[in-house]
Amino acid sequence: MAVEAADATNEASGAAVPLKTPLHARHVALGARMVPFAGYDMPVQYPTGILTEHNWTREKAGLFDVSHMGQCFLVGPDHETTAKALEALIPADIVNLAPGRQRYSQLLNEEGGILDDLMVTRSIDPDEDGALYVVVNAACKDADYAHIEARLPANVKLVKAEHRGLIALQGPGAEAALAKIAPEAAEMGFMSSRTMKVAGIKANVSRSGYTGEDGYEISAAANKIGEIWDTLLLDADVKPIGLGARDSLRLEAGLCLYGHDIDATTSPIEAGLNWSIQKRRREEGGFPGAARIQRELAEGTSRIRVGLKPEGRAPAREGTEIATPEGEVIGTVTSGGFGPTLNGPCAMGYVARAHAAPGTQLHLIVRGKPLPAVVTPMPFVPSHYKR
Amino acid sequence: MAETRYSKDHEYIRIEGDVGTVGISDYAQSQLGDVVFVELPAVGKALDKGGEAAVVESVKAASEVYAPVSGEVVEVNAELEGAPGTVNEDPAGKGWFLKLRIKDAAELDALMSEAEYQDYVKSL
Repeated sequence: MAVEAADATNEASGAAVPLKTPLHARHVALGARMVPFAGYDMPVQYPTGILTEHNWTREKAGLFDVSHMGQCFLVGPDHETTAKALEALIPADIVNLAPGRQRYSQLLNEEGGILDDLMVTRSIDPDEDGALYVVVNAACKDADYAHIEARLPANVKLVKAEHRGLIALQGPGAEAALAKIAPEAAEMGFMSSRTMKVAGIKANVSRSGYTGEDGYEISAAANKIGEIWDTLLLDADVKPIGLGARDSLRLEAGLCLYGHDIDATTSPIEAGLNWSIQKRRREEGGFPGAARIQRELAEGTSRIRVGLKPEGRAPAREGTEIATPEGEVIGTVTSGGFGPTLNGPCAMGYVARAHAAPGTQLHLIVRGKPLPAVVTPMPFVPSHYKR
Repeated sequence: MAETRYSKDHEYIRIEGDVGTVGISDYAQSQLGDVVFVELPAVGKALDKGGEAAVVESVKAASEVYAPVSGEVVEVNAELEGAPGTVNEDPAGKGWFLKLRIKDAAELDALMSEAEYQDYVKSL
């Protein structure tokens, strides 16, 4: 037996000596299987396995270590100055982002291709006005920081928050579990952010995540994040979840994984991320690749990201060719696997626009054989975000 | 009594007369994680030693299962289609993949005994 299609988590391992998050020793003590990921030694699963972890997150609350991700602050004299500096690099409206709110966006190259995707948060604290908190992907962070720093005006600085850890608590039980040690968390709306004490420790808490479930991301000092992790795990409804289930959860939720579903060759419009570009930015432009993106918004794109549900049980993995029933190749799978909640395979990939309508019958070429599949709206599993 | 021999790729073959039952070892299933799909060959297919015999997929990855010896497929475990997790629960028993009629019993000599395989796994 030999592993044929390496899992996504084994890529971009980079550094010869893997880095460790502040929670590394805890993962090892919990019996996690550790794998190299984006230069870090990360838990891909704990002893119960990916299926159990996935289902636990959908039913109770899963706790994820995402401290490998890049946390930084952009700091300028006032909100408008900092927001405009960032708006020159991303297509989201940040100037009109209210205090305590966050937005998903993409760092774009001059061709409108995606260099990384990221979350931008404006602090709720008036004393911190002029600072934006930005979270980027682990594998991209060094390149992102260099790209951003090279393009900031003199009065806006990028400050890396390398002394911080980041954990995510996700699932229908997340609110109750976090409210026990941070009562304010229960009052928060989706995509909002606050600073509060969590188990007595100062933390930035946002109501967001990467699973399709309600939940939170909690950022705190690297030497304190372990106390929050330990306290949350005392709750019988909270279990640690590895990168394996993180991937199957986000796939079912229809969320893009950078380097797979989106990259420097895909635009946000091809990726179906139009919702993340607010009206003012669409009209005014002023971000890299604006001409292409405005044209694509008006005229459509030649290819677009779609969800695909294979008939039967065989998963179609990344790289699988997508063809018409007549055999014409019209695209490629960018993420694919088995959806435990869906109890069947699911995938996403780019297809020529003529074949993108939901219900379109296509073939996925798995090990040389055409596997019937149908274009399916995403998410594959209904999302349960807090509204 | 049936003897079980192992390949370095973690397939086992349990030998009963000239028929061998092929599956993956407990170590292999633990490395794979939760099995969600198994693709089995057609009955009657001739397999070459070291050639692809089946495909096993976990949540995260697809892996090939190789024929530990050459032979003709005489039966496949159709139960795995509806219950692929049996490979994790009982790899040496109900989680078998296929039975083949052994072409050349001499090929079995190149495989490891139970004790040799356990030592091999410990060395990994």
